Amino acid sequence: MAIETRKMRKFLNDPAQVVKESLAGLAAAHLDLVRYDAAAQIIVRKDAPRKGKVALISGGGSGHEPLHGGFVGLGMLDAACPGEVFTSPVPAQMLAATKAVDGGAGVVHIVKNYTGDVLNFKLAAEDAADEGIKVTSVVIDDDVAVQDSLYTAGRRGVGATVLAEKIAGAAAEGGADLAKVTDLVKRVNDRSRSFGVALSSCVPPASGKAIFELPEGQIELGIGIHGEPGRRRADLGSASEVVDVIVEAVVSDLKPKRGSKVLAFVNGMGGTPLLELYLLYGEVDKKLRAAGVEPVRNLVGSYITSLEMAGASLTLLELDEELTKLWDAPVHTPALRWGV
Amino acid sequence: MDAATITSWMREIDIAVRAERDHLVQLDAAIGDGDHGTNMVRGFEAVVQALDSDGGSPPGKLLILAGRTLVSTVGGASGPLWGSALRSGGRVLGDQATFDGMELVEVLAAALASVKDLGTAAVGDKTMVDALEPAVRVLRERVDGGASTEEAVAAAREAAEGGMQATVPLQASKGRASYLGERSIGHQDPGATSTVFILRALEQAVKEHP
Repeated sequence: MAIETRKMRKFLNDPAQVVKESLAGLAAAHLDLVRYDAAAQIIVRKDAPRKGKVALISGGGSGHEPLHGGFVGLGMLDAACPGEVFTSPVPAQMLAATKAVDGGAGVVHIVKNYTGDVLNFKLAAEDAADEGIKVTSVVIDDDVAVQDSLYTAGRRGVGATVLAEKIAGAAAEGGADLAKVTDLVKRVNDRSRSFGVALSSCVPPASGKAIFELPEGQIELGIGIHGEPGRRRADLGSASEVVDVIVEAVVSDLKPKRGSKVLAFVNGMGGTPLLELYLLYGEVDKKLRAAGVEPVRNLVGSYITSLEMAGASLTLLELDEELTKLWDAPVHTPALRWGV
Repeated sequence: MDAATITSWMREIDIAVRAERDHLVQLDAAIGDGDHGTNMVRGFEAVVQALDSDGGSPPGKLLILAGRTLVSTVGGASGPLWGSALRSGGRVLGDQATFDGMELVEVLAAALASVKDLGTAAVGDKTMVDALEPAVRVLRERVDGGASTEEAVAAAREAAEGGMQATVPLQASKGRASYLGERSIGHQDPGATSTVFILRALEQAVKEHP
């Protein structure tokens, strides 16, 4: 085990314990914001449950840090249920999280559209309803790289998840009711589109092997957040050329009105430095303005990652006054903090 | 067949997925996210532990216990899918202490129905249904035709293998492989593959505890 671990170029004690040990570390680093319930394997806002406040929980496979545990705190999530790396959590975690945060006003489950997440959250919502907790669920599916049709599992949930958690979390903090908070998650999802590219695969700690091999000079277009191959491979061009492809994919699907104000979220996949992410943002900003779209808010950094994958994604959210105000509202979590 | 058949079935699955873990991981890495082998090993390890600490439940209750254990330990899609499948199958047997070939058909038919319902998949979508549905159909045909349970299960396992191989040229339209579109063509589906292991394990269990 020790030798295998050293071969991996990862900081590990035991690959089987990586999620638990990381969650314990997150809680140790942010005692003022969150607590870690090791038995249930959930991260819970320190002051939960808050009486009368609608609670938000999300969850999914680990390996996307800071998503979701890093977004638990004031103005965002009330709890996060991390599964094993790239594996959906189990219903028991979601039920424990739902019960831990329910302040009587209801609980919103924010679910990324992956078969495992959807099935496990569905079973958990049924269990919670049996226990008399009001639960609504919204499935996030913003990835334009996946064809959406009745005959597929549909689009993946990616960057819009972060934006929905922030915006709906702000509304819940401000006293919005369950219907309103649920509607905001839906609205953010409806008005967001994402597209991701990768320059490398990633190495899950359990297998120790890269999920795919990408020859030098090639780029995967239309990747998700699990190290899975994208829809097609192409020769890697300049950053400007790559951003042309990304912006075209997102804008042609979102179809923002001319003069629209948007939030542009340039996200790193874990192995791309901020140096390059800002370079990408500069290109995105320029190309959006040229297309008649105004990026009035932005988020640049690695917020929904795929372990150490080199790559980036763009999420555009078409804003209105209400969404902008909620985006600007105070947030205090391990990974996002402003206004406090 | 009785409780020992079920216990032996679950043990054989545990042994098989452990032996084939890397194979499943590889298949899944090609068109999914590479966690299928690890998930199945974690799940059936927990199932064997749960059955070990069970004190003499009838076969139906053992299947329900196994299903509940999968739901609560696996995550991913395979946890809820196989978990619900075994629970639905177990409910068919109620509290009875033994079951025959006909009843085994109904157990697997209920399992298949629950997988299709929860996963909304059909044959041809490149999923575990491609292996499970032909297996259940052939099992029923053989049992109806008067074959011994052992022969019928062997034929069902063969049908599952055929279904598994038939997933290779398919384009996935359900599950995570569907995100790849055309690039999923040419790869054998990991869910259909582990379904074959589960039927091979059943064949072994029926042989040992007829």
